[in-house]
Amino acid sequence: MYLKGENEPVRECQYNQICTRTSSPMETPHQKRRKVKRKWQVFPGRNKFYCNGRIMMAKQTGVFYLTMVLILVTSGLFFAFDCPFLASNLTPAIPAIGGVLFFFVMGMLLRASFSDPGVLPRATPDEAADIERQIDAANGPSGPGYRPPPRTREVVINGQTVKLKYCFTCKIFRPPRASHCSLCDNCVERFDHHCPWVGNCVGRRNYRFFYLFIVSLSFLTLFIFAFVITHVILRSNRTGFLSALKDSPASVLEVVVCFFSVWSIVGLSGFHTYLISSNQTTNEDIKGSWSRKRGKDNYNPYSYGNILTNCCSALCGPMPPSLIDRRGFVEPDTPQPVTHSNGTSVYSSNPVHSHVCDQDQCIQSTKFVLQAAATPLLHSQPQVILTGAGAPTLPEGKLSLGGPCTSVGPGQPSLPSSIPSLTCAGELLALRDTDAHCRHHHFISPEETPSPPAHPPPPIPCAAHAAHVHPAQLYDPASQDSLHEDSVRGLVKLSSV
Amino acid sequence: MAETHSLQDLRQQATIASKVFIQRDYSSGTICKFQTKFPAELETRIDKQQFEETIQTLNNLYAEAEKLGGKSYLEGCLACLTAYTIFLCMETHYEKVLKKIAKYIQEQNEKVYAPLGLLLTDPIERGLRVVEITIFEDRSLGSR
Repeated sequence: MYLKGENEPVRECQYNQICTRTSSPMETPHQKRRKVKRKWQVFPGRNKFYCNGRIMMAKQTGVFYLTMVLILVTSGLFFAFDCPFLASNLTPAIPAIGGVLFFFVMGMLLRASFSDPGVLPRATPDEAADIERQIDAANGPSGPGYRPPPRTREVVINGQTVKLKYCFTCKIFRPPRASHCSLCDNCVERFDHHCPWVGNCVGRRNYRFFYLFIVSLSFLTLFIFAFVITHVILRSNRTGFLSALKDSPASVLEVVVCFFSVWSIVGLSGFHTYLISSNQTTNEDIKGSWSRKRGKDNYNPYSYGNILTNCCSALCGPMPPSLIDRRGFVEPDTPQPVTHSNGTSVYSSNPVHSHVCDQDQCIQSTKFVLQAAATPLLHSQPQVILTGAGAPTLPEGKLSLGGPCTSVGPGQPSLPSSIPSLTCAGELLALRDTDAHCRHHHFISPEETPSPPAHPPPPIPCAAHAAHVHPAQLYDPASQDSLHEDSVRGLVKLSSV
Repeated sequence: MAETHSLQDLRQQATIASKVFIQRDYSSGTICKFQTKFPAELETRIDKQQFEETIQTLNNLYAEAEKLGGKSYLEGCLACLTAYTIFLCMETHYEKVLKKIAKYIQEQNEKVYAPLGLLLTDPIERGLRVVEITIFEDRSLGSR
């Protein structure tokens, strides 16, 4: 018997995690109990984390890669094809300045993309309860089916009345200028906008990087545009226009890219320069929060009054710290609020059961499992993990699951309530460890085809594995690599529910 | 009077009676500042003066962290010129002040709050949203 928890309630489900790197086939539960996760692994927003929590990005990063490709290709072509001519015929300062500009642009882009924009961590359960009590006291009692009016608090800042809105997802009253990004599912301080080109929100902590990125990119684009034109003109003076183009075909591509991007980038730089000098965010400008049209007494309470101070505070002000402590360790006894996007919360684990199934992990791993189950199995050979025949902890069947895939943020859409009971009713799940040195735990059984519930499974992360354990078969470390490929399409046995 | 507790005793053995949350005060804008209003739940536990002094000191420290002035501008410009790589070697001014704040809270907990059965949580652990004060059960007085 490999699992104890077949007919037991959710919170008592137990797993075994198999370590393929240690000599023993399984780690003891004592070791497992002490294994802690980093906070980014249980982060409730829809973000992706890389490098063990050091890098943080939005979920959709396709456009960011496009930005990188455009900049790298155009600059690369410039340095490869135009710079030799310009360096020898004009001055070597041109590629030097171009190089400095290029590195600055890339540095600012990566900094803007990879840093925490100023995400506000969600309220702890105690805080949320305290706020609810205060709101109920203020609003008076209401019936169970009645949804209370939107919760707001008013505060007077610098003579202007500002409304603080309550965020139902994060369960906090948003500070002034903060806003909830629906794409990342986070409240962000001094929220400017969500930039797909940068692949991240732009907020308090990375606005200066974003601004410097677009300004330096404007210079770089104009620089490349100007010097490519110069190059073509100088060549045409010698050999004629058409042969100049033939000698340097890359220049045509560069001119086209630069010409079309210069309008938008320079325009955007100008717009943000205006915003910085008046100390407004894009969000406030679009909504017209401080516009005179709203009332003749309406003014921006955050502005320092003069342009220079506004600019300095936005660009050279003190760098606020990240409030979400991505790389900190989760305290094992602390209940983590598991918030689904519909606003409800489920609190996982209590100190007594902290060493057994983490409900949050159950829920997440179920999603991976279901997604995997929905895809066809490639690997026909049943290869499974022995949960420890003969290992002392087998009868207990305890497991604490490894973190989800590095590239996936744990925040996921809500599941039907029946899923956790399916998950913990005896199926064994294995998730890829977040470390670069993966320990793969694969359980694949082709003979049992699952019947996944009629719930659209979320997109599976690239390295999520889901599996099923069959007690009679041994894990073969030699085929670990091939398993790694195929485990994405592993099958799950959903035992009797 | 209440039995005095050491900070370690509190953390390990005492049971939590309730928590009080001191919310942010946004009347001066977005700077980090906490309300100095004395919560009702602490009336029986601690001196109002002492409490206000603690919160005021915290507010002053946060104001120092976020202050705009010559020093912070210099740091910002230098950082920009080095493409922010300078922060790989040195701490930002804000981080230095946060360390000061952590030390101050630790010291306050040891000297003032723990003996009264209270515990301050560093606001940075709550995302600078609240100052969380945990009120521990006072067993020496029986049911209270």
